[in-house]
Amino acid sequence: MVQASPNTPNIFLRLWRNEGSRGVIIQIVTMVVLFALIAAIARNVVVNLAEVGKEFSFAFLSWPAAYDIGFSPFIEYTNQSTHLRAAVVGLLNTLLVAVCGCILASVLGFTLGIMRLSSNWLVSRISYVFVEFMRNVPVLIHILAFYALVVTLLPPAKKAIDVGAGAFFLSNRGFYTPSPVFEPGAGMVGIVIILAIVIAVGFKRWAKQVQDRTGKAYPVFWISTAIIIALPGIAFLTAGMPLSWDIPALKGFNFKGGMAIKPEFLALCLALSYYTACFISEIVRAGILAISRGQSEAAHALGLQNNRTLQLVIIPQALRVIVPPLCSQYLNLTKNSSLAIAIGYMDITATIGGISLMQTGKEMETMMIVMGVYLVISLAISSFMNWFNHRIKLTER
Amino acid sequence: MAQNHTTHGYAPGAHPDLPPPVRTTGPIGWIRANLLSSPLNITLTLLSAWLLWSIVPPALNWALFDAIWSATDRKDCWAQMDEPRAGACWAFIRGSFRLFIYGWYPEPERWRVNVAFILLLLAIVGVLRDNLPGKKYWLWFAVAFPFIGAWLIVGGFGLTPVGTQKLGGILLTVIIGVTGITFSLPLGIALALGRRSELPALRAACVIFIEFIRGVPLITLLFVASTMLTYFLPPGSTFDLLMRVLIMVTLFSAAYIAEVVRGGLQGLSSGQYEAADSLGLTYWKAHRLIILPQALKISIPGIVNTFIGLYKDSVLVLIIGMMDILGLGRARLNDPDWLGLAPELYLFIALFFFLCCFSMARYSLSLEKKLETGHAQ
Repeated sequence: MVQASPNTPNIFLRLWRNEGSRGVIIQIVTMVVLFALIAAIARNVVVNLAEVGKEFSFAFLSWPAAYDIGFSPFIEYTNQSTHLRAAVVGLLNTLLVAVCGCILASVLGFTLGIMRLSSNWLVSRISYVFVEFMRNVPVLIHILAFYALVVTLLPPAKKAIDVGAGAFFLSNRGFYTPSPVFEPGAGMVGIVIILAIVIAVGFKRWAKQVQDRTGKAYPVFWISTAIIIALPGIAFLTAGMPLSWDIPALKGFNFKGGMAIKPEFLALCLALSYYTACFISEIVRAGILAISRGQSEAAHALGLQNNRTLQLVIIPQALRVIVPPLCSQYLNLTKNSSLAIAIGYMDITATIGGISLMQTGKEMETMMIVMGVYLVISLAISSFMNWFNHRIKLTER
Repeated sequence: MAQNHTTHGYAPGAHPDLPPPVRTTGPIGWIRANLLSSPLNITLTLLSAWLLWSIVPPALNWALFDAIWSATDRKDCWAQMDEPRAGACWAFIRGSFRLFIYGWYPEPERWRVNVAFILLLLAIVGVLRDNLPGKKYWLWFAVAFPFIGAWLIVGGFGLTPVGTQKLGGILLTVIIGVTGITFSLPLGIALALGRRSELPALRAACVIFIEFIRGVPLITLLFVASTMLTYFLPPGSTFDLLMRVLIMVTLFSAAYIAEVVRGGLQGLSSGQYEAADSLGLTYWKAHRLIILPQALKISIPGIVNTFIGLYKDSVLVLIIGMMDILGLGRARLNDPDWLGLAPELYLFIALFFFLCCFSMARYSLSLEKKLETGHAQ
């Protein structure tokens, strides 16, 4: 009994053959290997940093950055500002291009997707060719080519193209538009706009309650639109039109006044949005095709009109298919905006991860900041996606 | 009525079928149905025709009919046209074509690159064609190809060594693409299985890795590869830049492959797992014989899309100073002889990528059709 018979394997083999204990062994081994790897890397980092005489600290963030950022529409920035401020400017620029790009990409993508489904052969072919060509070419090439086109083909500021009414100009220095100048009293109009939106939302809820109770339907869309346009309009007129436009004008070699959209921003935003729009158009097409024909026939049989069918039956179901991949396209666009560095648009990668890195030699710290920022943006977008998915999930009994 | 029939000489019901009205069949019918079916449709057709008319002929004139194919520099190019820049100057691309393909690979050793390209084509054909004799050996050859190719290109073991900094152009693009594709698929499958594993520690490690990689742009990972990775290694050791980039690109696309494959694994009904269990198959046997073949079949479109993405992303190495086709092209743009020929260059590179990626996409479509067994709902 004491002596193990030849058929009984030793203790290790027995543990290995038991499913539960094998799981534990595998996990312990994995963890040990992983932690050993991390520890080795950490040790190497410490040794290597000490060897080149660098220390790991974020103190450099308060040093003056000593480089210029040509495009900082939101906050004040000079080359005396700190690296931290440069990072914030970069982050805001990233967010600006991401938000503009997502909006443009959605508009263009939905248009292309619906064009692709058109019964008109020519329209659907144009959409197909455009989408297939654009999405099979790297986005970096789009950005560089678009930028090269803007910079080389558009005329210099002195010969700028007048795009509209002597107020919009296109030159190789960018796109110039009039900028709004708010005068005293404009704040009140702003408050009225917010108020009008609140009233419209309240009306919509009330109208839904009434409809649930009595079946009486109000033309909610038209009434809310009227509220949102009319109230601020009246406020604007009574306040004595507290808004004027600063129109760009050619002075010397460049335009003065107005708002300048830089060629870097223009190229990046447009290239990112038409590239992403190609993917969105396929998503939209798939989403609409996923709704079976029976759904619209059933809605028609219930007596719903075409627009009500679209609004109450088709779109809610199609959105369920469209939104998750759409969100991941938004995420891709945001991450692709890091390619801004190739054309000198100062986003987070180009400021803190580019010039600050080169100037301070703090590779570890700057890259940690940049990656952290992108991770936070990604997590924010994917948690929104999860929330939305949960909200619109098909509730089945 | 009866009188009527007899006068025409047909018994009731014996009249031969008339051809369908001309307006509903043939080219005319097609045009009426697809282009002119309603006022809105007519407007759209006119608008599209106008759009095509205003874009296509000028573009064709520029790219083909007014283009110059041989010239010594851009001044010479423009002198041959009716007016400067009226057409494309393809002489620029022609003059740099060998540079674009081989980079700075030493002239006498370029046969090795050619052999590697031919072997690559053979490997691709071997993987993609079904009815080849000795299919098994073709597959083994395809698996061995990345190593044979690496030996041919980098040298050593009897061949003259060539430094990786000499690699460039299409050669570099293809190296990054092929290496990434070959190694990210097995790694991605492993990560997907890890993420689906019942062992919490293993699962957590895979989830953290996948979500981290998917959350940051590739360009930041390439920065890490080019600036920071040396800090992670034992002091004094150096590591080839190309190698670091290849590792990063592979890890990056493996994380995306993992998510695609996970989608495929989740798409299988649990009955498949239970069936494999009830047959008494072990974990690995069940996955090799039952689960993975089905899961991978569902994931083909996603996997190919990831490969296409990886191939397109390979141009990002330009930003950390490696000279792939885009980097070399941009360097050539700074040549005083060829200044300002950006449209030609970008169109050429765009066409190159379009051809590669579009053919991959078409192949994946045909593969999907071929593997469709009709079991899916």
